[in-house]
Amino acid sequence: MSGMSRTRRARRSEAVARAVTGLAAVSVVSVALFVLAYIVYHGIGAIDWTFLTDVPRDRGREGGILPVIVGTLWVVATTAGLTLPIGILAGIYLSEYAPRTFTTRAIRLAITNMAGVPSIVYGLFGLAAFVLLAGFGRSIIASALTLTCMTLPVVITATEEALRQIPQDLRQASLALGATRLRTIYKVVLPAAAPGIITGSILGLARAAGETAPILFTGAVFQMRKLPDGLSSRFMSLPYHIYAQVTSVPGWSPTLVWGTALVLVAGVSVVSVVAALWRSAQRRRVKW
Amino acid sequence: MNALLLERDGTLAYTAGAVVADDAVDVATREDATAAVRGTFSLSGVSVAYGRDRVIEGVGMEIPARSVTALIGPSGCGKSTLLRCLNRMNDEIGNVHVDGRITLDGADIMGKAMDPVELRMRVGQVFQRPNPFPMSIYDNIAYGPRTQGIRRKSELDLLVEESLRGAALWDEVKKSLKKHAFELSGGQQQRLCIARALATKPEVILMDEPASALDPISTQQIEDTIAELKDSVTIVIVTHNMQQAARISNQTAFMLRESLEEPAHLVEMGDTKKMFTNPDDSRTESYITGRFG
Repeated sequence: MSGMSRTRRARRSEAVARAVTGLAAVSVVSVALFVLAYIVYHGIGAIDWTFLTDVPRDRGREGGILPVIVGTLWVVATTAGLTLPIGILAGIYLSEYAPRTFTTRAIRLAITNMAGVPSIVYGLFGLAAFVLLAGFGRSIIASALTLTCMTLPVVITATEEALRQIPQDLRQASLALGATRLRTIYKVVLPAAAPGIITGSILGLARAAGETAPILFTGAVFQMRKLPDGLSSRFMSLPYHIYAQVTSVPGWSPTLVWGTALVLVAGVSVVSVVAALWRSAQRRRVKW
Repeated sequence: MNALLLERDGTLAYTAGAVVADDAVDVATREDATAAVRGTFSLSGVSVAYGRDRVIEGVGMEIPARSVTALIGPSGCGKSTLLRCLNRMNDEIGNVHVDGRITLDGADIMGKAMDPVELRMRVGQVFQRPNPFPMSIYDNIAYGPRTQGIRRKSELDLLVEESLRGAALWDEVKKSLKKHAFELSGGQQQRLCIARALATKPEVILMDEPASALDPISTQQIEDTIAELKDSVTIVIVTHNMQQAARISNQTAFMLRESLEEPAHLVEMGDTKKMFTNPDDSRTESYITGRFG
């Protein structure tokens, strides 16, 4: 209250706020970079042609991870094929068609709750519902269905949010020109919301690619010499391979396990970066 | 108002009907006559409620074809709501209930027989803020015609040019039709929106304060465009700007919601000159001279 003027005090608290928030931001970036650097440092030694093209040998202590990579691709692709159409359509319904009724609120609540269910619970549910009840057995399809349950809320929410960002003016303009609601959605609203929808979907699928618990009981296996040949095959998977090596292989090779982690992280990163680049290219053209 | 209209346009239309029967008069007259009545609105007892809130009650008016009708009144008096009745855009808001009778060229537009999608191709709308689609200038204009099923490039090219000329934008953009619409200035975007509305060949264009977000020069251009357009389409414009209403409209309707407890109503409607110089109702005079609103 004494000598310091009001402006000087304001300026000082401004500086403190900037420093504190900045520090928090920097620490997040440092953790991310540290994790990434750690994985690269330990795993890069494993990456060579044999590692990427050979099958695991000596229970995974040697050899490569080709069936592990291919199995992951199978499961993620199947999950994407199931999640994207259902999730995007449901998001469109909620944003564009749903009336403001009790039912709609119940649907939203269900989706929020789905997002909060721990992944191991999905694993158990998948075992009961898809492996046993539906009779798919432990398979790619059973795992993909389980991962779909887990990923759907992410995709639905991302779609709904992306659609809500599109100004109401644009819908009005289209309707006023004699376009139907459906035409308005697929000609104007969806193209404009595509970047947001795709980003959210990739985020959800990336999480699915790295999950162990949902596939643990529903189809992932420890060792497979041949590649999966269909949706009813069992499969190896990157996150499960890491888990299985560390927990059940005495004398497991840290280099190969870090290498496996590096492959997983690199795969997810490449897809995210491509999506981000595409999005910023879109954004340069489109601004409200 | 109604009787006057019938004298001016109705007799012509009647003659046209007779012509078809005995084929005595030449084709040009016939087309002129039928075209002359296209785009005439007639409202009686129109009331609108948002849920339980009755916002407009008992509005009746005749909107003659090929002229500019201005709706004026203080904020919240239901001008825009009334405007949206004319192309049934209130249907899209939800929880809006419209009563009464509205006809376009004699056909009831609120009945089940009228498809709102078809109605909106005949009654275009330009909004308060320019709202071009995030696509090229060309695709913006071609959106309406494509919705109608027009696919031939030559036909679309022609419509795009005609519409842009109609909105006085052609000379500025003819070399850059592929350019993204968002690269245009605000005033150009609004004229693009007018062109986009023209492309479906509407009988009527509704404008909801089309210049309120624009600078004076762009406003002038929009007003010039409206003056050009009124020879070929009916224009109904909502405006807050009294001078604008006086400058550009042929008829003016003054609406008023006197308190929040009661719905808005039409105070009076008449020839713009008369409304601005010698209105019948003292409330109109007070509003126009700036005593409230």
